[in-house]
Amino acid sequence: MRMDGVGKVFAGGVTALSGMNLRVATGEFVSLLGPSGCGKSTALRLIAGLMQPTTGKVSWQGKHDSGDLGVVFQEPTLMPWATVEKNVWLPLRLRGESLPDARPRIAQALEMVGLGSFANAYPRELSGGMKMRVSIARALVTQPRLILMDEPFAALDEITRNKMNDDLLALRDRLGCTVIFVTHSVFESVYLSDRIVVMAPRPGRVAEELTVPAPRRDEEFRTSADYAAQCRAVSAALSRATGDA
Amino acid sequence: MTEALDTEETARLRRARAERIGRWLMPALTIVAALVIWDRIVVWNQIPHYILPGPGLVAQTLVKDWAILGPATWVTLKIAMMALSVAVIGGVGLAVIFSLSRWAEMSFYPFAVVLQVTPVVAIAPLIFIYVENRTVGLLLCAWIVAFFPILSNTSLGLRSVDRNLADLYHIYGASRWQRLIHLQLPSALPYFLGGLRIAGGLSLIGAVVAEYVAGTAGIGTGLAFRILEAGYRLNIPRMFAALALIAALGVLIFAVLSLISHLALRHWHESALKRES
Repeated sequence: MRMDGVGKVFAGGVTALSGMNLRVATGEFVSLLGPSGCGKSTALRLIAGLMQPTTGKVSWQGKHDSGDLGVVFQEPTLMPWATVEKNVWLPLRLRGESLPDARPRIAQALEMVGLGSFANAYPRELSGGMKMRVSIARALVTQPRLILMDEPFAALDEITRNKMNDDLLALRDRLGCTVIFVTHSVFESVYLSDRIVVMAPRPGRVAEELTVPAPRRDEEFRTSADYAAQCRAVSAALSRATGDA
Repeated sequence: MTEALDTEETARLRRARAERIGRWLMPALTIVAALVIWDRIVVWNQIPHYILPGPGLVAQTLVKDWAILGPATWVTLKIAMMALSVAVIGGVGLAVIFSLSRWAEMSFYPFAVVLQVTPVVAIAPLIFIYVENRTVGLLLCAWIVAFFPILSNTSLGLRSVDRNLADLYHIYGASRWQRLIHLQLPSALPYFLGGLRIAGGLSLIGAVVAEYVAGTAGIGTGLAFRILEAGYRLNIPRMFAALALIAALGVLIFAVLSLISHLALRHWHESALKRES
């Protein structure tokens, strides 16, 4: 996936994004990091095809169809009238697959996020973290090549978020998919990503790109001096990005 | 410590139980009290029954005239329910068409509003001039009153879809039809059911008003006609009995629609959920 000189101007004349170049290779975990208003969500919406860029273009290597993309929003975005199983069924259902046909894959996706026994629960019966897991299961059920995540854990408490981060990394290792992750948390981005794209606001643009070398991402890494140093470097990049705006 | 908590908990439970009983007992007591006061006023002031009958006489008339009033109730209920069904089909159908096509909405919504704001009593005489069949005329009148809340509520519901869910459907390449069936209609259900409860009461009002306007023509006459007829004959107790039946029908319709609404929403919608306190 690559973005070449992508810009987006909204109807009100606000430039949300200007001249954004981004290349994401298969299997990479890339974070878009920046303060609110830096166009990171706009970038994600452009990649998802929910908006068309005003300038430049978003292009894909190889063929690209709706099943290749999984999306997780900031809110769980579940249908309250449907059970967990039927919520996860949605992407398959829209492709015309019946529930009995899809059930093994739904069960597998729920198993992966640790909600195997909640297939028949309604979303309101679940906690915030569990709803988010359902949302992730729904994104995984089509076995997409690319998953887009828009601050998925921002509304969760820190304990749940750390757990979700670990689970997300484990899932990524298992599935080998590409992830583009939008966040405003330095710590989260360093912990999760291979590469961090620091963005600056007004107009939204890419300020810096940093790679995060890490041998193993686990509790040990989270408390290591190496991790702290990398967080500091990313924080510095972030304040440079916002400072010169 | 546990002791103290326990007494508090028992007090709470006792209050909860009192409230549960009170919810039924209080309205029942008020109704009984109102009936007794009504009865006493009639007896103490020696009001003749052709001016104001007591509740006892009304109840007697209800039983005595059941041969007339029973079928009349059935006729009115039937008209109201048929009108409600047509209003549901028409209201939901129009709302769906409006949501699929902005042009259709822009063109026809004004007509719906005009129909709604014109009092049915004013339209009804015209309807009975042009429509030969009396039942069809009654249905048409009741439908005009009942369909608008369903149309406007369902329209609102179809537009109140969660933005992110709509995006999700877009990303997964949902067709217009899939979006309507799987996303918009379920989102609109609580709104529709709210409209349905209003429309249920209105369909009864529409049926009664239409009957008044249609007047005394022929067979198969409903409760409103029986009230008119009893009025001409100064049979005041029967007027009251028929009135009581109309009120009972209204309550029945409301209760049934509320039950339907509860059953449809109990698993997921905030309005139907019990909160653990």
